[in-house]
Amino acid sequence: MHMADALLAPAVAATMYVASGTVAGVSIHQLKKDNEPQKLPTMAVAAALVFAGQMINYTIPGTGSSGHMCGGMLLSALLGPQAGFLSMIVILTVQCLFFADGGLMALGANIWNMAFYGCFVGYFLIWRPIVSGRWFGGETRKAQRLRIIAASVIGCVVTLQLGAFSVVLETTLSGITELPFGAFVALMQPIHLAIGLVEGAVTAAVLVFVFESRPALLMDVDPAAGPGTPRSLRTTLVILGAVVVLVGGGLSLLASSHPDGLEWALFGNEAEGYGKNMGLDEENFGVKSGVADTASSIQEATSFLPDYAFPGSDSPAGTTVSGLVGSAIVAGLAALLCVAGGFFRRRKKTAPTETA
Amino acid sequence: MNRMDRSLLELREMDTLAAGDSPVHRLHAVAKLLTTVAYIIVTVSFGKYRLSGLLVMALWPALLFALSGIPVLTCFRKLRFVLPLVMAVGLFNPFFDRAPLLTVGGLTISGGVISMITLMLKGLFCLAASFLLMATTSIDDLCAALRRLHLPSLLVTLLLLTFRYVGVMTEELSVMTDAYHLRAPGQRGIRFAAWGSFLGQLLLRSMDRAEELYGSMQLRGFSGDFAYAEDRRFTVRDAAWLILWPAVFILCRLYNVPALLGALLTGGIR
Repeated sequence: MHMADALLAPAVAATMYVASGTVAGVSIHQLKKDNEPQKLPTMAVAAALVFAGQMINYTIPGTGSSGHMCGGMLLSALLGPQAGFLSMIVILTVQCLFFADGGLMALGANIWNMAFYGCFVGYFLIWRPIVSGRWFGGETRKAQRLRIIAASVIGCVVTLQLGAFSVVLETTLSGITELPFGAFVALMQPIHLAIGLVEGAVTAAVLVFVFESRPALLMDVDPAAGPGTPRSLRTTLVILGAVVVLVGGGLSLLASSHPDGLEWALFGNEAEGYGKNMGLDEENFGVKSGVADTASSIQEATSFLPDYAFPGSDSPAGTTVSGLVGSAIVAGLAALLCVAGGFFRRRKKTAPTETA
Repeated sequence: MNRMDRSLLELREMDTLAAGDSPVHRLHAVAKLLTTVAYIIVTVSFGKYRLSGLLVMALWPALLFALSGIPVLTCFRKLRFVLPLVMAVGLFNPFFDRAPLLTVGGLTISGGVISMITLMLKGLFCLAASFLLMATTSIDDLCAALRRLHLPSLLVTLLLLTFRYVGVMTEELSVMTDAYHLRAPGQRGIRFAAWGSFLGQLLLRSMDRAEELYGSMQLRGFSGDFAYAEDRRFTVRDAAWLILWPAVFILCRLYNVPALLGALLTGGIR
């Protein structure tokens, strides 16, 4: 999912740098306040481990293919969201600088797509609520184990979906692709649903191993939980996988049969007109001979900030305005999430779940 | 050779290249970093049909390859990461955008084809630019430059430490993978029963290692920041490089240099 520089317009890349930079700044501030200098080498070693670990091939039972693990969830479960986010930034930077995996200018977008969702959304909205909740029967080890598996799989699936959607959004906003927004989404989301399931399963396996051998390493896990006979990892994963496929498959069916619905939901009632337009264009596509017309109407349909740097319409004012509005929205969102994070974190301090 | 061995080799290769000596290597890292960023921004900002204008941007990487003596082939091997997503996005353009843009001797070329080629060239140029930066700058110099540009010390220190441990961890995992495959011949990956323990074992050991590492850092007086010994100043030459090149890039962006050259030449012939 690493985006190359060529896939982004400078305005979009800058916006994503501002967003990721804001989150990084808040994370650094938070870590400085916590003042745990011993965390720095741990972050470095964990980041290096995840970097190398992503190269391991895991054979998927019953199929000939193989999968990899998901770094964001693993790191935030081990280090917490802020430290995990910084470690992910560093991993992405090393990949970008030394392996040309992702670009220097696209780094901000890549950090947002992979690190932000994996660490902050994955941790605050998925990992902590599930792991520190009381699902699957309270405080027994068995229940905790199940919660870790559920959190890893759901976390990986959701964060990868968000990341893939952001890739589509950023590329479309940059005016790079002629692929209609709906078709692009329909192409990216199912692929990443499959990847997310596998990554989630691998991540769950690793985290369950850590939980069994040294639970104090994991965030929000109570190491002093009572015993219980664990259900096998395989059974749990199969059940969870089935649930996710059903839910995800249903959602993507819904999304692909109503691509305009998605845009309508995202961008409000003003867009009603072109939502219809887009459905038409997709049906007529390739049949009509007035290709130029079709192309331009698709472009209109896919750009929800229509002034946004499309060919021919060289309007710097529109670009600047939408770029600025975009940055403001994203920065606000980032700040909001971090404030929420700090709030939860402070509340958590009272519970003795942190590693000593 | 497994994947980890290959990436170790790649890391070592970059290290060796960066340790070389050439006029480009000798430039200050800040100047190189900022010029590279300027180059990428300008390259990417070309409109998607401005293929002819974009072509002139090939000159800068070419000049750097020539000045630094870095082998071009090493760079192109890295294309395997860049191309997949760019291809996935770009390859659709000829199908969706079929408005004829120009005709070359009876052959009509559509806008989609032009925009696909433009996109791929952009990917190639940006790759070459960042590759050249890293092939002529050591990670220590780069981190010192990032500190000079006032990036938070926590992040820069983390980058440096992680980079050092990337080699260690990758080597360890490579040995583990080889050992696993020697005992499980014919298997392509790690089988399900070992999913958790394979990486998990190393993870537990690494966490202990991190504690030891912190202990040894403290014994040597680590106080939260590394000191960077900068052995060279930012000279007039670096400043000139940093001002001249971005200015040239912007001029190339504003004026279609190949077209101007062409007009000049054809005008001259007439």
